[in-house]
Amino acid sequence: MSDVQDYPSRLSDPNSRKLGTFSYLPPMTSDEIRKQVEYIISKGWNPSVEHCEPEYAEETYWYMWKLPMFGETDVDAVLREVDLCRENNPGNHIRLVGYDNYRQTQGTAMLVHRAEIKV
Amino acid sequence: MAKTYKAGVKEYRDTYWEPDYTPKESDILACFKITPQPGVPREEAAAAVAAESSTGTWTTVWTDLLTDLEYYKGRAYAIEDVPGDDDAFYAFIAYPMGLFEEGSIVNVFTSLVGNVFGFKAVRGLRLEDVRFPLWFVTTCFGPPHGIYVERDLLDKYGRPLLGCTIKPKLGLSAKNYGRAVYECLRGGLDFTKDDENVNSQPFMRWRDRFLFCQDAIDKAEAETGEKKGHYMNVTAPDVEEMYKRAEFAKEVGSKIIMSDYLTLGWAAHQSLAKWCRDNGLLLHVHRAMHAVMDRSPTHGINFRVFAKMLRLLGGDHLHSGTVVGKLEGDRAATLGWIDLMRDKYVKEDRARGIFFDQDWGQMPGVFPVASGGIHVWHMPALVSIFGDDSVLQFGGGTLGHPWGNAAGAAANRVALEACVKARNEGRELEKEGKEILTAAAKHSPELKIAMETWKEIKFEFDTVDKLDVQHR
Repeated sequence: MSDVQDYPSRLSDPNSRKLGTFSYLPPMTSDEIRKQVEYIISKGWNPSVEHCEPEYAEETYWYMWKLPMFGETDVDAVLREVDLCRENNPGNHIRLVGYDNYRQTQGTAMLVHRAEIKV
Repeated sequence: MAKTYKAGVKEYRDTYWEPDYTPKESDILACFKITPQPGVPREEAAAAVAAESSTGTWTTVWTDLLTDLEYYKGRAYAIEDVPGDDDAFYAFIAYPMGLFEEGSIVNVFTSLVGNVFGFKAVRGLRLEDVRFPLWFVTTCFGPPHGIYVERDLLDKYGRPLLGCTIKPKLGLSAKNYGRAVYECLRGGLDFTKDDENVNSQPFMRWRDRFLFCQDAIDKAEAETGEKKGHYMNVTAPDVEEMYKRAEFAKEVGSKIIMSDYLTLGWAAHQSLAKWCRDNGLLLHVHRAMHAVMDRSPTHGINFRVFAKMLRLLGGDHLHSGTVVGKLEGDRAATLGWIDLMRDKYVKEDRARGIFFDQDWGQMPGVFPVASGGIHVWHMPALVSIFGDDSVLQFGGGTLGHPWGNAAGAAANRVALEACVKARNEGRELEKEGKEILTAAAKHSPELKIAMETWKEIKFEFDTVDKLDVQHR
């Protein structure tokens, strides 16, 4: 039994909450986020940024940062909006979405910044 | 001028073999692989199959002359060699729309795979593919919700979904079973699943199972902040009982139920699909008994036909084979039928066993489910083969983790996300899988142990039902 490790998730610990795709991985570096933006653009999807206070993260709708960036193919322009969203909403989780208007779905939605949660 | 009646037996090919016929857009088309009895010419065997699966019987009858046989008959219109098989040939048969009841899979298949499969003139008969014309597709019910509605309901995007079948499949008490569910879900899986033969046995009645599983889901959702489900199996001895179980699943707040469409029966299954759309529950579909009918290369029904059938009957998930796990499944053929489950339009592609163009119109797609004998080492290949719109189910690969289900689930979730992230970055998963998983394991002790546990397991038996290819 000494070899068996406990699984450290707790109802009482808000840090146990997960946030969808990539929330089981270590935080992405800015280089890694850039590659994901490139992926969204290469798929022809419309990038969009969303944010939310950690305590309301389970709501269906997060706040949309401005509007989806329809037709935007400049990776830096998208990254700039991610940064702006973060500066203007300190303490919020941030998610990057790629809207696929042909399939009428989100081609992807991934966590790009996990806010710090103090218990 | 009207025809005259002449009693007696005519050769089938006189009436049912029409090599000059051009199929109509509205025809239902079928491709059969026929192995005739020795001495039976191909045209005669093909015509016999066309006749026996449509209007014909063994002898002329006077009432034939009261109908427009020229309209109603099925026609064998083409014959092709089967690559790699000198005995068998493909016969292409066109059936006019007036032969079939709108929206009735039951009716279509009672014709196409009815008595003809026991017909003496053929030694083996296999239905390889069926082209459903758009008029028929639009009269069928289809998936209760479809892939993209399910994603919205569960708030999960940009990755395959993860599941696990609870084991041992038989003998657990309801409370212990719910424990196994809870551990899987809190560790990061999206779904757990009742095994197909878990219905309502004395060791665990369905009502107790549903209640304990829902408790497990509720706590795992609160703990992880993510939406979770357990496929509550409502497959039952009769439809009244099936509905009773479905209603209770809804009452306790379940998001998804499951059925076994082949053993439950197609009519009952379609009714359940309708119930699911009306009541907002997703429908996971298992395929027990399929291999009885689809495994032999010379007799039966190819799984791609069953896959199309299920999309028409209605289901949100369907087991498709894994390509890489413990169960049968040729890679190219599997890729073919997962496209048939998901895409709007699938082109004829013999390299993947697809004999006809298939237009699905606006009918939603079905999630293919890869389940059976898979573990973290298979993850790169699975993500590469199945893409995002799939459910990957690790039973033993979750529950068999040395630290238990939660750790097993976390290992799978980390491996999945690492593979998706790497794929998005443009890396080749099937080549670089090992490096990708090894790097991810640095941040996940659960994944590291899983990789050490299952390193050596391989399933390398040859596939029995292969695509037909030339002799080498």
